[in-house]
Amino acid sequence: MRQRTEFDTLHPAVILWMAAGLAGFVLLPWYVVDDGFFSLSWLMEGYPFEADAAPALFLALQGKKLWLAPLGLLLLAPALLWGRRKNDPVFGYLLIAVGAAGLAWFFAQGFAIGLRGWNFAWLNDLAGKLEDRQFGMGMGAVFTGAAFLFLLTQGIAARGAVGGDNFVIGSIGLVVALVVLFIFMPIVKMLFSALITDEGGYSVVSFAGKFLSSRLWGIDCLAGGSRCGVAWNSLFLAVIVGIVTTALGLIFALIATRTGMKYQRLLRALTVLPVITPPFVIGLAIILLFGLSGMFTQAWAWVFDVQPTRWVYGLPGLLIAQTLAFTPIAFLVLIGVVEGVSPSMEEAAQTLRANRWQTFWTVSLPLMRPGLANAFLLGFIESMADFGNPLVLGGNFDVLSTEIFFAIVGAQYDQAQAAVLAIALLIFTLSAFYAQRFWLGKRSYTTVAGKGDAGVHPPLPRGVAIGISVVAGFWIAITLIVYATIFYGSFVKLWGVDNSLTFNHYIQAFAIGWNEFGLHWKGSAWDSFWTTIWIALVSAVPTAMIGLLTAYLLVRQRFAGKEAFEFGTMLSFAIPGTVIGVSYVIAFNVPPIEITGTAIILIISFVFRNMPVGVRAGVASMSQLDRSLDESSLTLGANSFQTFLRVILPLLRPAILAALVYSFVRAMTAISAVIFLVSARYDLSTSYIVGRVENNEYGIAIAYSTALIVVMLAVIGMMQLIVGRRDIGRRGQAGQVQFAGGG
Amino acid sequence: MSVIGSNAASVEFSDVTKIYPGARTPAVDRISVHIETGKLVTLLGPSGCGKTTTLRLIAGLEFVSSGAIMIGGRDVTTLPATERDVSMVFQSYALFPHMSVRENVEYGLKFSGYPKKEIGERAMAGLSLVGLQDYGARLPSQLSGGQQQRVAVARALVLEPQVLLFDEPLSNLDAKLRRQVRDDIREIQRNLGLTVVYVTHDQEEALAVSDRIIVMNNAVVAQEGRPRDLYDEPADAFVADFIGEANLLPCEITAISGGQADVRIGPVVLTLAARGLKPGKARLAIRPNRIGFADPGAKNALPARLTKVTYVGKHLECFAETEIGTVFAICGDVDALLAIGDDVSLILPTRGPVLIGH
Repeated sequence: MRQRTEFDTLHPAVILWMAAGLAGFVLLPWYVVDDGFFSLSWLMEGYPFEADAAPALFLALQGKKLWLAPLGLLLLAPALLWGRRKNDPVFGYLLIAVGAAGLAWFFAQGFAIGLRGWNFAWLNDLAGKLEDRQFGMGMGAVFTGAAFLFLLTQGIAARGAVGGDNFVIGSIGLVVALVVLFIFMPIVKMLFSALITDEGGYSVVSFAGKFLSSRLWGIDCLAGGSRCGVAWNSLFLAVIVGIVTTALGLIFALIATRTGMKYQRLLRALTVLPVITPPFVIGLAIILLFGLSGMFTQAWAWVFDVQPTRWVYGLPGLLIAQTLAFTPIAFLVLIGVVEGVSPSMEEAAQTLRANRWQTFWTVSLPLMRPGLANAFLLGFIESMADFGNPLVLGGNFDVLSTEIFFAIVGAQYDQAQAAVLAIALLIFTLSAFYAQRFWLGKRSYTTVAGKGDAGVHPPLPRGVAIGISVVAGFWIAITLIVYATIFYGSFVKLWGVDNSLTFNHYIQAFAIGWNEFGLHWKGSAWDSFWTTIWIALVSAVPTAMIGLLTAYLLVRQRFAGKEAFEFGTMLSFAIPGTVIGVSYVIAFNVPPIEITGTAIILIISFVFRNMPVGVRAGVASMSQLDRSLDESSLTLGANSFQTFLRVILPLLRPAILAALVYSFVRAMTAISAVIFLVSARYDLSTSYIVGRVENNEYGIAIAYSTALIVVMLAVIGMMQLIVGRRDIGRRGQAGQVQFAGGG
Repeated sequence: MSVIGSNAASVEFSDVTKIYPGARTPAVDRISVHIETGKLVTLLGPSGCGKTTTLRLIAGLEFVSSGAIMIGGRDVTTLPATERDVSMVFQSYALFPHMSVRENVEYGLKFSGYPKKEIGERAMAGLSLVGLQDYGARLPSQLSGGQQQRVAVARALVLEPQVLLFDEPLSNLDAKLRRQVRDDIREIQRNLGLTVVYVTHDQEEALAVSDRIIVMNNAVVAQEGRPRDLYDEPADAFVADFIGEANLLPCEITAISGGQADVRIGPVVLTLAARGLKPGKARLAIRPNRIGFADPGAKNALPARLTKVTYVGKHLECFAETEIGTVFAICGDVDALLAIGDDVSLILPTRGPVLIGH
């Protein structure tokens, strides 16, 4: 006989979250302590009475920060449920009321009262000037906020939503809260800061003026002027890159699936390159090859006896760099599409007397059309969001992503201008994202059924096969040259000037010595290297956890608002890193969440930038698990949490490892968001390298990049050994697409 | 050694409706049924009729839109699967591929609060019950389809559930194994006195295995009863045709007396049970294998001309054109010299045909 879960006293989950909330209110410092979120030094600093380290209760008892006191009372309210069952309406409604009221008050006071009293002028008029102030929320506040959230979700569960499942509703609540807090809130704050005028007021007119300025939208270049608006530059570049990468991606996909096996291995290996390569590295190689002192430029100048020029800086260089960088992404998308065209369709066409060329042109290609559009949009988004290459290669060809950066870090430090540019960029990428999801989403012809179609794809027409092989060979040659150049360049003393070989760059960056304390990491790169490693490692875990949890909710649960939920969780994929960076700087510089300059902000930005990776990997592999596995676990008496833990997670082990590794690698190579968020104490490899490039210290930058690529290659290689090639490959088609979103 | 017993209980549906989110028509429409303790009841119907939804409603994998479900006299309408005392054997078996056979069977016991020692004993008892006591250490992937099936049954049985559910358990087995497994399930159910709800779309399977059959069509119960009742006295044309094929011939009731009806089918006159019908037009359901063949001109028989004769090994399948329409008849004598275009007389039996309202 199965044991029943009914309680005569108080539901244990309610007790748990009441206790957690009260611990946050009574025991832990409410505000963030000076030495950082996780530091325990507050135990020594006058705890619990000193205001800086005091829990909310002690603050209230001393008559300080009295606006926190209602939270404590609300936390006690669930005790009224003593003796009530979960299916008692009072149980659910009281928890909903307590949770909702608690959360509302929690955030209202957090956003209303800041470093200088009231945050909004109208509150001054309404309630009088507030003499007190408060800092960013700390450990205590986090516990209390979480308690209110989960009391709320328990209340909703008790009222019977989603089969009254605490775990599922709690998970939904958690994911929604995190996404709102760390994706939507910063973006919204950024939108508001775009409205700020030079005088500090808010004005839509001033925003419109900035947004429609000729700096963004000018078309001088068409009329013979020197330059066009930044927005046009970005758009133009992104469209061309989208078209070219899609065409090349299709060519590679056709070679991989429709010709002999010869190139297959090599091609698939190439797809791992964008995963392990920091985004600006291709740009660096282009400079080494085609820059002023570049190999080809110099050779050209010597042969034809002309003055070498900086022709590559700007549009040409960006086109080359981004095409090289993003073609593998298009390839990954399109290989799935090309394989997805059912061979029986093509065989049917052939039996209907179409020859190979006609079959390809009238059946295969039209069936791939939605996939082609998808690849184009991905290339478009990638190019728009790319930050590293324009930074090192852009020259006078300004694009949105770098303009945002210069608006914020340059001498101008113009938050409003950065926000305006970010909005323009966001509009482009979100439109593409929207088109991809809602317009294309309904137009896929490819079959993803479990049972494969019998039959084989017909080989390509001979002329086409030769043509695309030539193009592919050319591309592969350039790619190999690029990587060879990077590797070789890391040993060259001063490229183009003094071409003698040296280990100096590596010694400068990675020297190890001994001193009285033992091993001494002497090289200048070690600091940022170890910081990057541990931050990437730490962020990989929550990324994979949230990603898989979200995937579980998306694949396995039905609930109201699921489509909006899915859209929200995948949205961060379409938000360029620079936009995230700017919005984080704007949003998290002030209470209630005050984390700029810490490692936490880096970790959080990685988690939410890379979350779609985990979600997609999870969705792809979870869709392959038969739903009846969970259901049988449920009918055998396990609850949904136990089912998730004992059945789903063990079966997803390869997907978990893949998600961990890829979020680690993506964190290692990310640049666009973190360049806004790094601090002297927490510098990262990529921003360190970009800093060296800006100082024209190419040697050390290239050496460091090479080291990073080698490390990442090793990590990916180890994972492939552990998980096994087959597993990765299978979910690769759906799962790897997103890895290059770094930028 | 533990012995697997039974806590069998009844299931009561009162006015249950299920409408899936986004769907316009209900998947289950105001169904009220009672499933007795210790009986094997089959939900039978074509695909999409709502039988699997009904099963999942009992399991707690779906929740009613309105109405109530009682199991063992207790209202479980809002309880999720975890909290219901119900086990289910899935069509795909749903054995956990990362656990051994034994761990699979122990899985549910772990969540039921048994002491550790008893968990092992019960799992072994369950495996012996299905004859797989020596296979505990294997992984599901190392078993044949039939063995996996039995593991799934053992895993559900050891929990001694109030109700045991089977969702098309035989559909992944080959034809010969089906009969064997079907009989095994029936035997275990009888020996332990389990309440079993069994979903299938195969009418022969349903007839063979059930105490009672609930025939569903278009989200409602079309008819409910013992197998023989359903076969011999279908309530309507759908049931008549779905459970064993039937000819539905137009006829006319000329007179009713004492519950017996005089029925005219073309030139043939029969006296049959009236089943509450009134004189006037009606339909007659006749099983093809009950129709007899005679030489042309036989008395009280239906003149017909054969339009199609198909030899299928154990019998001949014939289509015959008559004045009241096409009749499908089966001739058990494979040596009969029937050919297309032959004139014959079809003899309608006095036992078997059932009147159905117009």
